[in-house]
Amino acid sequence: MEFKFFYHFGNFLLMLKGMFSRPENMKMYWKQFMQQCVDIGVGSFGIVFIISLFMGGVTTLQTAYQLVSPIIPKSTIAQVVRDTIILEFAPTLTSIVLAGVVGSKIASELGNMRISEQIDALEIMGINTKGYLIAPKILAAVLMIPVLVAIAGFLGIWGGKEAGELSGVLSGEQFMQGLRQEFKAYNVFFAMAKSYTFGFIIASVSAYYGYNVTGGALEIGKASTTAVVVSCVLVLFMDYALTAILL
Amino acid sequence: MIELKDIRKSFGDKEILKGVSTTMEPGKVNLIIGASGSGKTVLMKCIVGLMGVDSGKVLYDNQDFTSMDDKEKKGIRQEIGMLFQGSALFDSMTVEQNVMFPLEMFGAGTHKEKKARVDECLERVQLKEAAKKYPAEISGGMKKRVGIARAIVLNPKYLFCDEPNSGLDPQTSLLIDKLITELTKEYNITTVINTHDMNTVMESGDHIVYMYQGQKQWEGSNKDIVFSKDQKLNDFIFASEFLREAKEMRQLEMFKDGKWRDQLKKEQDGK
Repeated sequence: MEFKFFYHFGNFLLMLKGMFSRPENMKMYWKQFMQQCVDIGVGSFGIVFIISLFMGGVTTLQTAYQLVSPIIPKSTIAQVVRDTIILEFAPTLTSIVLAGVVGSKIASELGNMRISEQIDALEIMGINTKGYLIAPKILAAVLMIPVLVAIAGFLGIWGGKEAGELSGVLSGEQFMQGLRQEFKAYNVFFAMAKSYTFGFIIASVSAYYGYNVTGGALEIGKASTTAVVVSCVLVLFMDYALTAILL
Repeated sequence: MIELKDIRKSFGDKEILKGVSTTMEPGKVNLIIGASGSGKTVLMKCIVGLMGVDSGKVLYDNQDFTSMDDKEKKGIRQEIGMLFQGSALFDSMTVEQNVMFPLEMFGAGTHKEKKARVDECLERVQLKEAAKKYPAEISGGMKKRVGIARAIVLNPKYLFCDEPNSGLDPQTSLLIDKLITELTKEYNITTVINTHDMNTVMESGDHIVYMYQGQKQWEGSNKDIVFSKDQKLNDFIFASEFLREAKEMRQLEMFKDGKWRDQLKKEQDGK
C-alpha cells in the first residue's frame, strides 16, 4: 500500500491553515466549541475513570512483585507508581485510549457529514467548514485531554493506593509517605506538555481523515480506522521525541 | 441572472465539461437535464463553487464568481439556497433547528423574529407538525421539504436543486416540483434544477439545458422540447416506452401548451 507522506502532510497543513478565518458568528462557534468540550471531556470520562483505576492498581502490584529486596523500603513502591503514572501511563496510555474513543468519533462524524453532503451544505451557506467543524474539535481536545490526563493521574495513584492496601502489599500511610518522597513538579509539567501535544494530534489527525473521506459508508469505516492507527503511531512517536527532549 | 461562459472541467485526463455556455434565466425554473454521467452534477457544483473550474467563467449578475476570493464568494453564497440530492439535513438537529441554522448563523433580528420566519417557512412546506422531529424520524419527501425550507429561509436570490425527485414516489415527486415552481414565482428566485425526471421537465422547465457528454446539446423550454429535431435529445426524452408509443401514435400535439394535463385531468375525472 502506497502511503503518500508529503501529500498527506501538505494537505494536513493546508487544512490547519484553512481553519484560520474570521468566524461568521462567534456565538455559534462558541456553542460548537462547548458541545465538543462536553463530547470529548464528559463523554470520555467513564472510560478514563475505569482505565486509570486499574492502571494504578496493576502498577502497584507489579512494582511490589519486582521490588522484593528487604533493604528497599515499601514506600518506594508508591514513589515508583507515582512517577510511572505521571510520566508515562496517565498521559500516554490515556491518550492511546482517547485516540480510539475520541479519534474514531471525530473521523466518523466528519466522514458521515462529508458523505451525506452536510459539509457541502455548510459551504454553500458561506460557512468556513474547516473553521466551524474542525477548529472547535481541536481546541476542545487540546483543552479537555490534559484535564482528562490530570484526572487519570489522580485516579491512577488513588487506584494504586487502594490496590496496595487491599492486597496487603503496603499500608495507606506507607503509600502516602512514598508519594511525598522526592516529588518533582517538573514531571507534572512534562506530563501536561505531552498531553497538550497528544490532544492536538488525536483531534487534528482524526479530523483530517474524516474531513477528506470520499466514497461511501465503507470509506468512513476505513477513515476511522486509519485515523486511530495514525494517531496512535504519532502519539507514540511524539512520546519518545518529547521524552528525549524534555527529560 | 447567472451566466456560464465556456466552462471546462477535467478530472485527470478525463474532460467532464467541454466548454458549456448558457444563461440561467432570472425568476424562472431552469433545468439541467441529461443522462447519468453527462456532467450535469459537475456543472452544478461548478456553478455554486463546490468545485473549481479549469477555465471559463460563472457570472452572478455580471460578477465573476470564479475569480472571487473566499470573502467575496461568501457574499454571493449567502444569496444561494441549495437543496441537495440526499437533503443534507444536520442529523443532530431537529427539523426546526435545521431551518433555523442559517438564520442563527447569518440572520439579523431577535430570536422571536427568527422563530417566526422558521415557522413561516415550515408552514409554507406544510411541515409545521414535524418541527420537533429529527431527520431520522421523517420520510424522504419530508426531508426534501425541510431542505427546501432551509434553502429559502434567508430569502435567497438563487435556488439550486440537485435531483430533487430522486428516491421519491411519483406523487411526492410531483408535489416537490410544484412546491419548487411555486416558490420560484412567489419569491422571484432564479431556480436551477439538475434532473433527469421527465415529469419535472414537462411540469417545471421554463428553460432547459440538455447536457450530452459534457457539452450543451440543446437548449429551449418544456413547450418545444418534445418537438425538437435533435436526435440525441429525442433518444433521451423518449427512452420511456410510454412516451415512445405516444410519439409513434402522433399524439405529441397533446404536449403543446400543456394540453396533456387537461387530457389527464379529464381521464381522472372520468374515473
